Amino acid sequence: MPIAIGLEGSANKLGVGVIHHAAYPHSSHRSRQDSPLSSSPPPPLKASDGDASLTWPPVRILANLRHTYVSPPGSGFLPKDTAAHHRRWVVRLVKQAMKQADVRIEDIDCVCFTKGPGMGAPLGAVAIAARMLSLLWNKPLVGVNHCVGHIEMGRSITGAENPVVLYVSGGNTQIIAYSAQRYRIFGEALDIAVGNCLDRFARVLNISNDPAPGYNIEQMAKKGNILVELPYAVKGMDVSFSGILARIEELAHRLESSAQGQSEPWKDEDTGEVITREDLCFTLQETVFAMLVEITERAMAHVGAKQVLIVGGVGCNMRLQEMMGMMAAERGGSVYATDERFCIDNGIMIAHAGLLAWGMGFKTGLDESGCTQRFRTDEVWINWRD
Amino acid sequence: MAETSDSRLPAPFNKSTESFELIAQGAESLLYRTTFLSSSQPAALKVRPEKKWRHPTLDKRLTRARILAEARVLVKLSGEGVVAGGGGRKVKDPKKGDVGVGGMRGCVPKVLGLDWEQGWMVTEWIEGKTVKEAIYGASKVQVVDDEKTVEELKVLLRNMGEVVGKLHACGVVHGDLTTSNMMLRPRASTSDAVTGCLDGDILLIDFGLATQSHSDEDRAVDLYVLERAFGSTHPKEEDLFGTVLEAYANGEESGMKGKAGKVAVRRLEDVRMRGRKKSMLG
Repeated sequence: MPIAIGLEGSANKLGVGVIHHAAYPHSSHRSRQDSPLSSSPPPPLKASDGDASLTWPPVRILANLRHTYVSPPGSGFLPKDTAAHHRRWVVRLVKQAMKQADVRIEDIDCVCFTKGPGMGAPLGAVAIAARMLSLLWNKPLVGVNHCVGHIEMGRSITGAENPVVLYVSGGNTQIIAYSAQRYRIFGEALDIAVGNCLDRFARVLNISNDPAPGYNIEQMAKKGNILVELPYAVKGMDVSFSGILARIEELAHRLESSAQGQSEPWKDEDTGEVITREDLCFTLQETVFAMLVEITERAMAHVGAKQVLIVGGVGCNMRLQEMMGMMAAERGGSVYATDERFCIDNGIMIAHAGLLAWGMGFKTGLDESGCTQRFRTDEVWINWRD
Repeated sequence: MAETSDSRLPAPFNKSTESFELIAQGAESLLYRTTFLSSSQPAALKVRPEKKWRHPTLDKRLTRARILAEARVLVKLSGEGVVAGGGGRKVKDPKKGDVGVGGMRGCVPKVLGLDWEQGWMVTEWIEGKTVKEAIYGASKVQVVDDEKTVEELKVLLRNMGEVVGKLHACGVVHGDLTTSNMMLRPRASTSDAVTGCLDGDILLIDFGLATQSHSDEDRAVDLYVLERAFGSTHPKEEDLFGTVLEAYANGEESGMKGKAGKVAVRRLEDVRMRGRKKSMLG
């Protein structure tokens, strides 16, 4: 009964998860012609609860804990402070997770950790903890690609069979589709990730980073309704956000100076209404999300897929899920998404993907357990799928 | 074929008695096979329906911009003017002396009419299949390492490189180069035999994201989009892609033969590295 512990800390979220796999689907599926998910997959669902009896392969989430390093409004999180946070919290979280999971050290089969991609110092801090556990407990180490962790957890929780995956977070924006034992990147952000664009915009307006800047932008956007003109940069299946960020930062400054009475109140040309911070949040979301839905649609058309799976922190956003759902419905397809337990960086996805790899005989030796900031999703051999 | 009129057809087609066969539902638009102005003129009707998931202001703005951009580019490349668009106004005629006017005649479909308010454009119908289908077809037939099929694929890929080279030389970047956006039109002399299935003229379609540019950066990004799309869609043939770039920079028919092509291909290396080296956090 394979059980793994997974440690994640590539950005400002420190996650520790303990997972249990009931059976190895790939070993019993070796003889089958069709995909591992072909027999009794669950119906399309949104996030299921922790007991995950609806997922395939059957997994049980024994513990999924997280602690986030939140920086003050107007600032982002710096690598060295983030690493210090992770060092301060990791032992506590591991102890708590083991207690909650109610497993003994002997029951753990492997220690999984995020090898990359991500921020150097935080990744390193968590990797040190993982190596320590591996040596202390005498268990093999498994280095995991962060993006693959998101994808595998999303697939497992939602039961999506072969979706186009939109992976959107503060550090990544990729359109991925599975092909021949690789998660191939069809399209991506050419400069900065969409979450990064949202986070940096939040800083200019001093929007709180607690619990996350994107979450607060979402709440404010619900109260906005004026769409200001922003550039729209879709290039084939790729997107570009730095131009949009530059423009929206300019607009935010303009808003602040008119709010402080330094210039004329800024009014919308058509309605004459004064433009508010909420309107800017609304504008930014509508524009960047439309771009993401567009490239997803393009990938779906190109590949012939009907399902979309959204993973990554920005995937928590209900407006994005709503827009994606409408697009998919127009095409006769469906959208799969998970809730904040799995969307936002977490340790359980690392444990899950790590255990899948370990089940195929994969291990990371101590001398190979260094972290890497640049670890492409398509570099991983997905040998647990056909 | 039951003739229930498709509710997505915009005016004036929703009242037409002509037949409309839905060929494809692409990301951006619906493609119908029909006839235009006379029953003997087969035509492709491209409808850009409203995307309800986009904010309506954004949607209208994008639809209009894309139809116009596409039509302008096609008109320039075919070297033909169009009589009237929506509202009775003429689509802009190409300026005299503009490099690239008519440079792609025969390699892109001719525009027959459009209406940017209603969101449609009609072009001539191209007989044949997409390059994507052609390669898939060859893939299935091919015995592993069959030299003849590989040679035929290389001919196809060389044609692809040359036609993109022609396009860039006209001062246009496609913006969405994929094997689904290239049509393989069989030559009149080619029989239907399987061995000839990769021979023919290549035409580029779907210029919705096209821009007019001579910049090396834009050309390199255009090639990058094609490279990645090709690799993701045809993983077995991915190693042959070099043939496309070779033909782009050196092919006889390529407009980018010589220095310009070399510069673009070198810039492509930079674009590739940018993608790879990008810091990916969290």
